[in-house]
Amino acid sequence: MAKITFITSDHETITVEGTSGSVMQLAVKNNIQGIDGDCGGVCSCATCHVHVPTEFQDKTGKASEIEKDMLEFEDNANESSRLSCQLDISEALDGIVLHIAN
Amino acid sequence: MSNQPTCVIIGASHAGVNCAFALRREGWEGAIHLYDSDPMLPYHRPPLSKGYLSGAEKIEDNVLKSADSYREENIHLHLGLKVTNIHPTDKHISLQDGSTQAYDHLVLATGARPLIPPIRGLESAQNIFSMRTAQDATDIREAFQASQNKRIAVIGGGYIGLETAASLKKLGAEAIILERENRILSRVTSPEMSQFFHQLHTEKGVQVWTQKNVVSVESNNQLNIIHCEDGTRYEADMIVLGVGIRVNTQLAETAGLDIHNGIRVDASTRTSDESIYAIGDCTYHHNPHYDCFIRLESVQNAVDQAKIAAAAICGKEPVYNSIPWFWSDQYDVKLQMVGLSNGYDEVVVRKEAGDGHRFSVWYFKGDTLLAVDAVNNAKAYVLGTKFIKGGTRVDKKQLADPTVDFKPAALILH
Ligand SMILES: Cc1cc2nc3c(=O)[nH]c(=O)nc-3n(C[C@H](O)[C@H](O)[C@H](O)COP(=O)(O)OP(=O)(O)OC[C@H]3O[C@@H](n4cnc5c(N)ncnc54)[C@H](O)[C@@H]3O)c2cc1C
Ligand code: FES
Repeated sequence: MAKITFITSDHETITVEGTSGSVMQLAVKNNIQGIDGDCGGVCSCATCHVHVPTEFQDKTGKASEIEKDMLEFEDNANESSRLSCQLDISEALDGIVLHIAN
Repeated sequence: MSNQPTCVIIGASHAGVNCAFALRREGWEGAIHLYDSDPMLPYHRPPLSKGYLSGAEKIEDNVLKSADSYREENIHLHLGLKVTNIHPTDKHISLQDGSTQAYDHLVLATGARPLIPPIRGLESAQNIFSMRTAQDATDIREAFQASQNKRIAVIGGGYIGLETAASLKKLGAEAIILERENRILSRVTSPEMSQFFHQLHTEKGVQVWTQKNVVSVESNNQLNIIHCEDGTRYEADMIVLGVGIRVNTQLAETAGLDIHNGIRVDASTRTSDESIYAIGDCTYHHNPHYDCFIRLESVQNAVDQAKIAAAAICGKEPVYNSIPWFWSDQYDVKLQMVGLSNGYDEVVVRKEAGDGHRFSVWYFKGDTLLAVDAVNNAKAYVLGTKFIKGGTRVDKKQLADPTVDFKPAALILH
C-alpha cells in the first residue's frame, strides 16, 4: 500500500492509495486532472507527465532513456520530469508528492 | 427538472469516452448520455493485440476510465445497448430496447468493425477470429490455450495482424502471416519499413508469405486448410483475420448525413447536420497541415477530435489541426510514427550505431519533412514531431550521419 499525493496544475491536492499497477493507472482510476494516459502506459504519448520533487527522487529512481527522450521537447519538461506510467506503485513510493505537469 | 441541454454520444471507446469527459472539462452542465453496444466498461484497444494477448495484462488494467469517474462527472454510461436509429428532424435516437432519448447535440463515435473478406468457406471455418473487441482478444487467448498444435494463420499483414502474430508467437505459437499484396504493411507504410518488419518476424520464427490471396478455407474436425489463389495451401488450427476495417456509418446513413469514406466532418468535427458531430475512426476529415482529406485509425485522432467536438459543443470555435501519430509494439521493437508520408519523394534512413533494431526513416517531399517512422528510437520520434510541427528544414546529409549529434542545432538547415 502506498499513499500518493497529486498536485494538479490548478493547485488542487489529492491523496489516494494504491497497491499495484502504475502511478498513471492510479491517477486515471481516480479521475485526476492532467493525467490522461492516452497510450495506455507504453511510453508513447507523454500524457502522463509529472514532476517529482528532489526530495522524493530517490524513491522513484531515474528515468529510462526512452522516457527521457519522450520528455525532451514536452511542455514544462525539466530535470524532475517523469512519465507516471513508468512509475510502478510499491511501498517505496509511500508518501510521495507528485506535481502534474499539464 | 432542469432545462439544460442534453448531449448524446454514440460509441463509448477512445473517441466517445474522451468526448464525454472533455465536455465536463469545457464546462458543459447539461446531461451527457453515452451509449455502447459492448457490455464491457470502456477499455483501451491497442493492448488487445499486444500486452493483453500475450497474457501479462487484464482488461480491467486497461479501462479508459474507472466506473467511479463516470459517476463523479455525472456521465450516464449505458453499456450493452445498441442505438438503432437517429431521427434528426425531431432530434432523438432509438435504442435496441425500444426506448428513445432526445438530444440537443449528438456525437457519433461509432468507430469501425473488422472487415470480413469474401473468402469461400469462412463461415464454417473452425476457430476463426477477428481482433477488435476485448471479447475477440479473450476468445483468441482462450482458443489458443485450448489448442493442441497451436498453429496460427493470420490473414492480412497490417499492424494488428502483425502484433497478433508476435504476441501469440511469444506464447509458443507456430505462426504464419498470409498477405495478399507484395509486401506486408503495404497500405500504411513504406517498403523500407515493410522489409524491416518482414525480416523481424522471420527472425523470430514467424513465416511471412506475401502475394498470397486467400480464396477459400476448408475445414474438418479441428483443422483449417487455407487455399490461396496460386494453388498453395496452409494448415492452421486457428485463423485470425486482420484485413482491415469497415467504418460504422449505418446510423449516419439513416440520418442522411454526408458520407464519403467515412462520415464527413468539418474542422470542428461537425457533420452535414449542424446538431450532429462525428469523431474518431468513423470520420473523414481535413488535415490542414497536409491539406488533404483523410480517415485515420488511431488513438491520437480519436482523442484529439473528441476534445474538438467537446469545445465546439460548448460554443467555442476550435479547429482540428493535429499532426497524426501512432505506435506499434511487436516483440521487443517499439515503432513510433509521426506525420503523414503520403506523397513523399525521398527517404533518409538514419541507423544508430550498435544493433540494427534502432533506426529511423524520414520522409521528405522536396525539402519538406512529411513524416518519421522511428524504430526503438523515441529521440527520432520527438525530433521529427518538433520539426514537422515547426515546418523546420532539415539537413538531410547531417541527418543520415549517425555520428552527427541527434539534436536540433546539428540538424537544422541554415
Ligand atoms: C487490436 C487493436 C490494436 C490497435 N493498436 C493501436 C495502436 O497501437 N495505436 C493506435 O493509435 N491505435 C491502435 N488501434 C486503433 C485504435 O484502437 C482506434 O483508432 C480507436 O479505438 C478508435 O476509437 P473510436 O472511439 O473512434 O472507435 P472504436 O474504438 O471503434 O469504438 C467505437 C464504439 O462504438 C460502438 N458502437 C458502434 N455502433 C454503435 C451503435 N449503433 N450503438 C451503440 N454502440 C455502437 C462500438 O461498440 C465501439 O465500442 C488499435 C486497434 C485495435 C483493434
Ligand atoms: S501513458 Fe502514454 S506515455 Fe505514459
